[in-house]
Amino acid sequence: MAEQNATSPNTAARIAVRKTYKLYIGGAFPRSESGRSYEVTAADGSFLANAALASRKDARDAVVAARGAFAKWSAATAYNRGQVLYRVAEVLEGRRAQFVDEVGAAEGLDARAAGLVVDAAIDRWVWYAGWSDKIAQVLGGTNPVAGPYFDFSIPEPSGVVAVVAPQHSSLLGLVSVVAPAVVGGCTVVVLASEERPLPAVTLSEVLATSDVPGGVVNVLTGRTAEVAPWLAAHMDVNALDLAGAAPADVQALEVAAADNLKRVRRPDPVEDWAAEPGLDRLRAFLETKTVWHPVGI
Amino acid sequence: MTSEPAGARSPALETVTSSVTASESALRRFLHGLPGVDQVGAEARAATLASRSVKADAKRQLIDLAISCIDLTTLEGADTPGKVRGLCAKGRRPEPDDSSCPQVAAICIYGDLVPVAVEELRGTGINVAAVATAFPSGRASLAVKLQDTRDAVAAGADEIDMVIDRGAFLSGRYGQVLDEVRQVKAACGPAHLKVILETGELATYDNVRRASWLAMLGGADFIKTSTGKISPAATLPVALVMLEAVRDFRAATGSQVGFKPAGGIRTAKDALKHFVLVHETCGDDWLDPAYYRLGASSLLNDLLLQRQRMATGRYAGRDYVTVD
Repeated sequence: MAEQNATSPNTAARIAVRKTYKLYIGGAFPRSESGRSYEVTAADGSFLANAALASRKDARDAVVAARGAFAKWSAATAYNRGQVLYRVAEVLEGRRAQFVDEVGAAEGLDARAAGLVVDAAIDRWVWYAGWSDKIAQVLGGTNPVAGPYFDFSIPEPSGVVAVVAPQHSSLLGLVSVVAPAVVGGCTVVVLASEERPLPAVTLSEVLATSDVPGGVVNVLTGRTAEVAPWLAAHMDVNALDLAGAAPADVQALEVAAADNLKRVRRPDPVEDWAAEPGLDRLRAFLETKTVWHPVGI
Repeated sequence: MTSEPAGARSPALETVTSSVTASESALRRFLHGLPGVDQVGAEARAATLASRSVKADAKRQLIDLAISCIDLTTLEGADTPGKVRGLCAKGRRPEPDDSSCPQVAAICIYGDLVPVAVEELRGTGINVAAVATAFPSGRASLAVKLQDTRDAVAAGADEIDMVIDRGAFLSGRYGQVLDEVRQVKAACGPAHLKVILETGELATYDNVRRASWLAMLGGADFIKTSTGKISPAATLPVALVMLEAVRDFRAATGSQVGFKPAGGIRTAKDALKHFVLVHETCGDDWLDPAYYRLGASSLLNDLLLQRQRMATGRYAGRDYVTVD
């Protein structure tokens, strides 16, 4: 190739095809309804790309898509959901080089360090995928009751979860908040890191090509302070993960979320995304249903 | 609001009607002499008007007007008295938390369920509309169609939604269609007559224009696009052609006929587009439940969600309106 470039001026002068970073809503890649975009820069301040600047109406459309996808995704068997999510990990692996470039540019890491982050993100996804048909045994079970009843509890998905993704960990953090919500059967509207949204857009391309039904995960890029309050107040959103919300905004978002009794997960100010995640996030977006079944009559 | 008592036939109307309906050939000459519809132009005009945006206070008022123009409809084989009672309750008080929300214009049901709705709606001012004349196909003898109409009126229906015989219309037997409309109108007595053209089966906009005039000449109080059983139903270009027909009919005869798009209007956004079309084509005189209705079932919930959104400043959810 290098020789060809040297001998052929046409090849050397080729203009690169630049990618348009768009939103991911309902399985499609629309631009923002508002027509706006914003500049995304690398950690060193150099220009990387223009990303879509989502508006409240994009958030509304994303919630409609997530609600539409919920019935089918939550009714799929746990085994099936696990297979679909494992497929996501396979496609992530195939795109590893692209993610290494983007995460490296976004977070200012060299190729080796970025490679470790991407590997951890893929492993994290596989780890969560495996939980799909095991979480019910851990969080649910039979309850000993003083009566002629077979009494058992099972975890059920809450519904549509709005996620404010971590601001600094652009891929590992994102995977760590999206995967636990979808593996349990919830559908997700995720607001990507404001300054580092490009890995999120590439992740949505992975989701679009890996059997995840459209609308199960919807990715918005834009200003967190502009869009998050609309998601927090939205009456058709059932839960809120504030992982990436600014500490000063958390209280207002919690208040806005109170009207329809959303489940809210507050951010941990010293969250270490590389650490073993535990079941906390899985549990946060599952509700326990207990059934009393008469026996012995 | 220029309005005349229903059923009053102005002298101008009598003159026009008697001259063009004197014979089958005169009728044909008149209908085929109506100016042809420019299909591309009509579709472009409808699309342009549909792109207009209604915001803030105008939107708030238009949502309330839309609710008050709704013929809340259930036309399923599985309709039960309980379902009709539920629909009536919803029509009376669409937003239980908010007394400023208007009630709907009418409840539209099959004829056999009219007594249930009449009982539920007594004293509310909401009309009971019944579909009749072998709805939705219209494939029955004239005697059966007339009896169907008389039954519904006797049971207390305030409005009758009849279907035209599309087979007769498409094979050019305009006189037969006109005669049926006239006889059904006579059978209606005091009840208002809405004539359904079922535009999805009429194939061309020219046919829609001719059928609109035919129905109005026959004495329709309203012309209505569709049964809701056929797709496409109330598309914007069809609504435009029919609105032009009611406008031109008033210009020619002095008699104002109402218009009711029905079928396929599911979102508040769709409804607002239809209102823009009415306002730009016919003017304010038609922006009144007496002359404009929206036939819909799921539309009401979407209007209520938009209403809640405007009132509270946050997006509303389907968990907070009824499941129909």
